[in-house]
Amino acid sequence: MTSSRRTVQGLALALLAAGVAAPFLPRWAGFLVTIAIAKALVALGLLLLMRTGLVSFGQGLYFAIGAYSAGIGADTLKITDAVPMVLLGAFAAGLVALALGTLLARYRTIFFAMLSLAFSMILYGLLVKSSALGSTDGFNVSARTVFGLDPHGPVGRFGVYGLAALVAFLGAVGVDRYLRTHLGRLAPAIKDNELRVEYMGASVRNVVHLHLVMAAVLAGAGGALTALAVGHVDPETAYWTTSGEFVFVAILSGTSSVAAPFAGALILELLRSFAYEHAPNTWQLVMGGVMLSVILFLPEGLWSVFRRRRRSAP
Amino acid sequence: MTAILRTTGLTKTFGAVTAANALDVSVEAGSVVGLIGGNGAGKTTFINLVTGYLKPTSGRVHFDGLDITGQPPRLITRLGLCRSFQIPQVFDSLTAYENLLVGIGIVSMGRKAFIGSALGRQSPETVAEEMLQRFRLGAYRDQLASTLPEGVRKLLDIAMALAVKPRILLLDEPTSGVSADEKFTLMDLVLEAIRAENVTVLFVEHDMEVVRRYVHRILAFYEGRIIADGEPAAVMAHPDVRRYVVGEPVAGGEDAC
Repeated sequence: MTSSRRTVQGLALALLAAGVAAPFLPRWAGFLVTIAIAKALVALGLLLLMRTGLVSFGQGLYFAIGAYSAGIGADTLKITDAVPMVLLGAFAAGLVALALGTLLARYRTIFFAMLSLAFSMILYGLLVKSSALGSTDGFNVSARTVFGLDPHGPVGRFGVYGLAALVAFLGAVGVDRYLRTHLGRLAPAIKDNELRVEYMGASVRNVVHLHLVMAAVLAGAGGALTALAVGHVDPETAYWTTSGEFVFVAILSGTSSVAAPFAGALILELLRSFAYEHAPNTWQLVMGGVMLSVILFLPEGLWSVFRRRRRSAP
Repeated sequence: MTAILRTTGLTKTFGAVTAANALDVSVEAGSVVGLIGGNGAGKTTFINLVTGYLKPTSGRVHFDGLDITGQPPRLITRLGLCRSFQIPQVFDSLTAYENLLVGIGIVSMGRKAFIGSALGRQSPETVAEEMLQRFRLGAYRDQLASTLPEGVRKLLDIAMALAVKPRILLLDEPTSGVSADEKFTLMDLVLEAIRAENVTVLFVEHDMEVVRRYVHRILAFYEGRIIADGEPAAVMAHPDVRRYVVGEPVAGGEDAC
């Protein structure tokens, strides 16, 4: 499919641009892009869920599990490199979704949203009470090496940034490819008409369960990357406002393209930085205004600006 | 001939209403059966019970010798028993082509789970294109289902039921919502496509002209019971059918008031 190839080419170009730009980016910008990518990975998982007709207000759960697992992996399991830390974060989040999915996959609409939020708040409560994990303060996370390089060296200092860009590329291409498979095509079908999907011989619950796990893996990777970029984890990662921000990114971006969450998250981070700098007391007001305008004028998200005509979803 | 579908004492009650009252039906493979009856007679309930949408209060359903009573629609579909809907249940945000590809894709993914699957060496995409042609939906290939005219949605709905390779197809009022002059065109098209695949058909229909033209056998429903069963001519001549289904006053009947 040509549009599939174009998406992959566009993403590859973005990855290349991220690589070329790395040495020229000021430190703050490199950090901002890394954080944006990490959050976009969570929003990419939300895109998959939203395409299936579900909105989760609890992706902070998997984000936190990813972040904490990366940190615990470094501290307890003595993992030294950032790459296995991110893999561990993604794996742990996926495993939790596999278990919780047996319950979550039965629910839809507001019940699904609230139940997923409830799970994330339970984790928040547990983390706040766990003194071994630093309670409300959390603990520091660092990788001794990134791709085997010293993170303070001339090349290694771009390590986490590069790792984030690479994970983002693989995640976006993976989700894009998946949505074009026979299984992936069930996402919009489930959103439109679950009864008919069942009458065509597929299990809606199993597909929803699978998508929950996939979204959790992406959120877990995003959490681990955030922990590595910030160098710290705390229970805020599981708090409901964190989950709300991911929904914010997903709606701001729109669900029409797998590239949208990355553009949306980047715009959000830039906007927040500037709003915070120029209107330190009213930056939330600015953010709220932007959200309102997007919903009013671009109901299909920022990405709809790039689409000249409405095409059917892949 | 062997019975491909058999129900014994199939009963469904909703509170005080008995929507299906001890139905004993046996359908032979390869036949075309018409289900007639007024509104609320229990025709759709029968389809819902057989395809697993409703669980019977009592009684059994056997498909090809297999007890499928109380199984979910998903599993019954996989065994080779599928249905269409009175109100088309299509995927509105997908194109006509993609709507068919969803079903064919499911069959191709679960090749082992589908008893009747016979996609052969063709790719699912090719099968979907062929189905579009066979149902004369080619002109609507890339149109979103939400924008299709009602008659076309109806046809697409039936094509989707056939896309999952059933051995029995239950059509719930295939011609409702279709204009009178298009009814025969639609049924010709549907039955032609169905015959090519050697599928047993049961369909609910209110238009007696349509019923008489296409079926080998009629089941007449009234208040959850089957009041007549047999050759079209015999069933149509049955006094109860003429009174309750066709709505003719019958000479010598008790409703002479």
